[in-house]
Amino acid sequence: MRLRTMSREPGALFWTFGFPVLLSLALGIAFRVRTPEPVMVAALPGISLPIHQALQGAHITVRDLDEASARAEVRAGRVTLLLAPPQNPGGPIAYRFDPSRPEARMARAAVNQVLQRASGQGEPLPVVDQELRERGSRYIDFLIPGLIAMNLMSGSMWGIGWVVVEMRVRKLLKRLLAAPMRRRDLMFSFALARLVIVPFELAVILAFARLVFDVRVAGSYLALAVMALAISTSFAALAIAVASRAQNTETVSGLMNLVMMPMFVTSGVFFASSNFPDSILPLIRALPLTAACDGLRAVMIDGRGMIGILPYLLILTLWGVPAFLLGLRYFRWR
Amino acid sequence: MSSPETSSVVAVTCRGLRKVYDGRRGLWGKPSPPVVALDGLDLGIQRGECFGLLGPNGSGKTTTVEMLEGLLAPTAGEIELLGLRWEKHERHLRQRVGVALQETHLPEKLSVDEVLTLFCSFYSAPRSLDDLLADVEMAEKRQAFVGKLSGGQRQRLAIACALVGQPEVLFLDEPTTGLDPQSRRQIWGLVTRYRARGGTVVLTTHYMEEAERLCDRVAVIDHGLLVRVGSPAELIAALPAPHIIEVELETAAALSTEDFAALPGVKEAHHSGEGGFSLAAREPEHAIAALLALVERKGHALSRLSTRNASLEDVFVALTGRRLHDE
Repeated sequence: MRLRTMSREPGALFWTFGFPVLLSLALGIAFRVRTPEPVMVAALPGISLPIHQALQGAHITVRDLDEASARAEVRAGRVTLLLAPPQNPGGPIAYRFDPSRPEARMARAAVNQVLQRASGQGEPLPVVDQELRERGSRYIDFLIPGLIAMNLMSGSMWGIGWVVVEMRVRKLLKRLLAAPMRRRDLMFSFALARLVIVPFELAVILAFARLVFDVRVAGSYLALAVMALAISTSFAALAIAVASRAQNTETVSGLMNLVMMPMFVTSGVFFASSNFPDSILPLIRALPLTAACDGLRAVMIDGRGMIGILPYLLILTLWGVPAFLLGLRYFRWR
Repeated sequence: MSSPETSSVVAVTCRGLRKVYDGRRGLWGKPSPPVVALDGLDLGIQRGECFGLLGPNGSGKTTTVEMLEGLLAPTAGEIELLGLRWEKHERHLRQRVGVALQETHLPEKLSVDEVLTLFCSFYSAPRSLDDLLADVEMAEKRQAFVGKLSGGQRQRLAIACALVGQPEVLFLDEPTTGLDPQSRRQIWGLVTRYRARGGTVVLTTHYMEEAERLCDRVAVIDHGLLVRVGSPAELIAALPAPHIIEVELETAAALSTEDFAALPGVKEAHHSGEGGFSLAAREPEHAIAALLALVERKGHALSRLSTRNASLEDVFVALTGRRLHDE
């Protein structure tokens, strides 16, 4: 009997069998390139040619970058170690990296091994470690915007999707329909309630990140607010689409997870989505949560303003508007 | 098109109303066939009338009211309310019609006041909160959360939500099902007061007492078909045997229903519970005399004998061959 009840709940069935398979598949794709991971190093101007050649001979990718663009690449997670030339002749070569990132420490070890071997049997090459701990390059700086994006997404999805389905189960939607209420007014009331809460949500996370981790917003607060509102509204629309047909809360939570989980995994909340193969990157970039994460990072880390976030706003709009219209079109009131 | 005169007298009409639900399919197993919930219903409900839809569970009552309320699209047939149609005049009609569903779980964390204020906001000319609360006898509960209300209070609040817009037609779907007698009487009072203000009521119920108390006319529905329409008194009078004799023997198995049915003046005989029989008679005095003679001749003794007038319940049994509460 238990099995029958379950088999008649396709949502639950997917959740038990399909989802773990999909999750392992996604994570497998993301990290399958891990073992022979290419070490990405940025060489600042002044690093000598022999060093270049030694590193390239050891299959370490070296990119010549100036200080500013090198740091930008570090922030984006594409380069983990900076090589700085000796300050005076005979001085040590500096490794600049964030020791709290394992991949940065690995890169440092690999590079050091190559360079020491190349310098021959004599004196070891003088090196010095410099902590790259400036704001914006730490993992926490990368993580906080991702968490904000995730939080805004979950808030909108659960806060609206779940409530809508519960109102449907409790026949409250039907009762409201029997009153002379405009249908769109109900939809707007959901969105409005979210928009009232979002500023508080955002303020709490930002204040916490600032006080505990000293994470600051590099760009304008206006752009950040616009970005947050766009994220909330877009996911609110998605929530209405997801919840438009579901007849019980089990189904809606299944659907909700079906929509959100792949994004949790691929959209770069916890690690850069560039870990995925290049072939599916354009797909991942088109996801709303990717746009949310990237947009928030653009403002908080790279200090972009309103113009810088336009592409992300566009992606969020392209998801939100059709989702809302579809949701409204197929909305089940009873 | 209905002429102005008819639309001013008729509150609700439906013609050839039919509803077929699609069968449901599981992941495996046989798909169930489509279900005909209502199979061609014609009704005309007058203004100021209280009209009852009677039938057991699953007879199509709720399907019928929900179609009349414009919440469910009929598979076929036409509905007209106050001379208007749901397809064309929904926004206008919603202002003039009040609906209380069979079950509505209003938000538990809202107070009575807040729920009513919300519903008031939907109507162009809502009643005042004080007036409403007094009408549903809940003035002292206005600050209470919905979650803390008793079943009867919740139901009165649900009806208050339906009465917010001073509706011309009020639909009540099983308003007192599952309520205690006192709550039930409070709701009957509420309906009676609404009717005194000139309102039209359409209600469904499977309580015969409720139908007899409130309704001017009732329609008996069974298996999606209209069995009979008329006032409770008419329906009872139309029974072939409007008197009921209840008998209990000291030795239960001594006589059969056939023995009783053969008595002069007795139309029908049924078992009624433990060792009892219920006989439907046209002329109870003849039937009782014959009954006593039969019992004496067979050498048995009666432990109980009573007579009563037939009720709507008996009408229902006579029309459908079933009791209303066979569940």
